[in-house]
Amino acid sequence: MPWRLIRYALSSKHHEPCMFTRHDRLKPSYDVVIIGAGGHGLAAAYYLARDHGITNVAVLERGYIGGGNTGRNTTIIRSNYLTPEGVQFYDASVKLWQDLSSEFDLNLFYSTRGHFTLAHTDAAVRTMRWRAEVNKHYGIESEAVGPAFVKQACPQIDLSCAGHAPILGALYHAPGAVARHDAVAWGYGRGADLRGVEIHQQTEVLGIETQGGKVVGVRTSRGNIATTKVLSAVAGFTPRITDMLGFRTPIYIHPLQAMVSEPVKPWLNPILVSGSLHVYISQTARGELVMGASLDPYELHSNRSTLDFAEGLCGHMLEMFPFLSHVKVVRQWAGMADMTPDFAPIMGKTPVEGFYLDAGWGTWGFKATPISGKTMAYTVAKDTPHPLIPGFSLQRFADFSLTGEKGAASVGH
Amino acid sequence: MKILTCPINGPRPVSEFAYAGEVRHEPDNDSCSDAEWADYVYNRSGIPGVKHEWWCHTPSNTWFIAERDTTQDLVLRTYLHGEQS
Repeated sequence: MPWRLIRYALSSKHHEPCMFTRHDRLKPSYDVVIIGAGGHGLAAAYYLARDHGITNVAVLERGYIGGGNTGRNTTIIRSNYLTPEGVQFYDASVKLWQDLSSEFDLNLFYSTRGHFTLAHTDAAVRTMRWRAEVNKHYGIESEAVGPAFVKQACPQIDLSCAGHAPILGALYHAPGAVARHDAVAWGYGRGADLRGVEIHQQTEVLGIETQGGKVVGVRTSRGNIATTKVLSAVAGFTPRITDMLGFRTPIYIHPLQAMVSEPVKPWLNPILVSGSLHVYISQTARGELVMGASLDPYELHSNRSTLDFAEGLCGHMLEMFPFLSHVKVVRQWAGMADMTPDFAPIMGKTPVEGFYLDAGWGTWGFKATPISGKTMAYTVAKDTPHPLIPGFSLQRFADFSLTGEKGAASVGH
Repeated sequence: MKILTCPINGPRPVSEFAYAGEVRHEPDNDSCSDAEWADYVYNRSGIPGVKHEWWCHTPSNTWFIAERDTTQDLVLRTYLHGEQS
C-alpha cells in the first residue's frame, strides 16, 4: 500500500464520511413515529419532511438501515401489473425511480433493461395479453411478443427449455429496470436526516400505547415516546406490531429466498421472469447473476436458507441456460415476505386512530419504495388516504372487495 | 432434506407434503355476522408461535395436523384429526 494512502487514512483532517447523524437519546415526543428504517419507512420520512413540512419525526429500527427486505430483494422495478389500481400505482413509482439518483445526488445504478415475463402455456399467453391491454390502456409500454423476439433480446436462451416447457411468447415491458437496493434506503435516509428527521437504529418497539382507540405513545427498548401518529413499515414483522394493538389482518409470513452467482462477463441485458419455471434472473453491473424463485411453501418466521431452494432454482435455470452449468453460486439468503390473499399491499388507515399501515408487501415491495413513501406520507400528514391507494385499504377484506393482483405479482403461486 | 412424520406412513421427506394453513374453527354461517365471516375467511394469526396446522401427505392423500414452532421450523408432533388435540 502506498505510504501516502496510509497517511491519508490515519490523518485526523479527513474524517470517514458519515451519511447519518447519530442521536444519543430519543426525544420525549415526536409528531410522527415510523417503525422500520427500510426503504419504505425512510421514503415516508423523506416525503413527510420534504412535501409536508413535518420534520419532528423519529424512524425506529430494530436492526440497521435497509437490513430487512430492502436489502434482500432481487431489485426488479416494473409496472406491468394486472389491476387498474396496481398499474397506476406502480407506474407512478417507476416515474419517481427514474429521477431519484439526481434528486439524492447518489448513484442508485438505476438501469433500464427491459423485462420479459415468459409464457410457457396457453393460459399464460392469455394472461400476458390481458396484462398488455390493461397496461397500454394506462399508457404503459407493454406488449405481447413471440419467441423470436425473446431470442433476439437474449440469444443465449434455450427456447424449448430443455424440451420441458417451450416458450410460446412473453410479455415485454421496456421500462423494466434494476437498481442498487441499499443505495435507495441510504438516499432516502440521508435526505430525511438532512431535513431534521431522526433515525434511531438498534431501537426496538416493545409496545404501542392507546387511549380510547387512539395512539398516544410508543414503548421502545430505549425509553418511551409520546406521539399521536405511528406508521408501521416493517414487512415480515407486521403481524407482531398489529398484535400489540390487538387487531387481526390477513397477513401471513412465508420466507422468500434468493441467490447470486459469481461475477461473469456481461451477457444478459434484459430481466427474465418465468412463472412456470419459478425463476427470475438479471445480471448486475458487477456481473453477478441475481436469481430468485417462488415463496417457501409454508409459514415461517425465519431468514434461513435451504439447499432444496438452491437445487430447485438451479435445475430450472439450467433448463433455460444450459451453459451456466459451470457457474458457481456464491451467496444465498432469505427475507420474510408479508403475504396477502389478493397479492396486493395493505396501505392506509386502520381501526386504531393514528396508526397507519404500510404492509402486505409480500414479494412486490421494492419497486414500490418511492410511491409507497410518497402516498403514505400524504396519508399520515392529512389523515386521509392518498387518491392512489384506496384500492389497498385494510377495509377491503371486511367488504369482500379484493384487488386481485395474483396474476402479475410474482412467480409460482 | 427436512423430514416430516406422517401419522400413517411414518417419516417422509417434506417434499411429499402439502401445507394447508392453520387449523381454524368455522363460525356457524347461518347465524354469524358479515364481520365474523370476513374475519374467518381472510384474517390469520400472523404472529410467530407454536401452531396447529393442516398438512397432507400427498402420495397417500393423508390429511393430518402438525404442531409446529413457526420460529424454529420445528415440528413438535403430528396426529390425525380427532385423535388428540
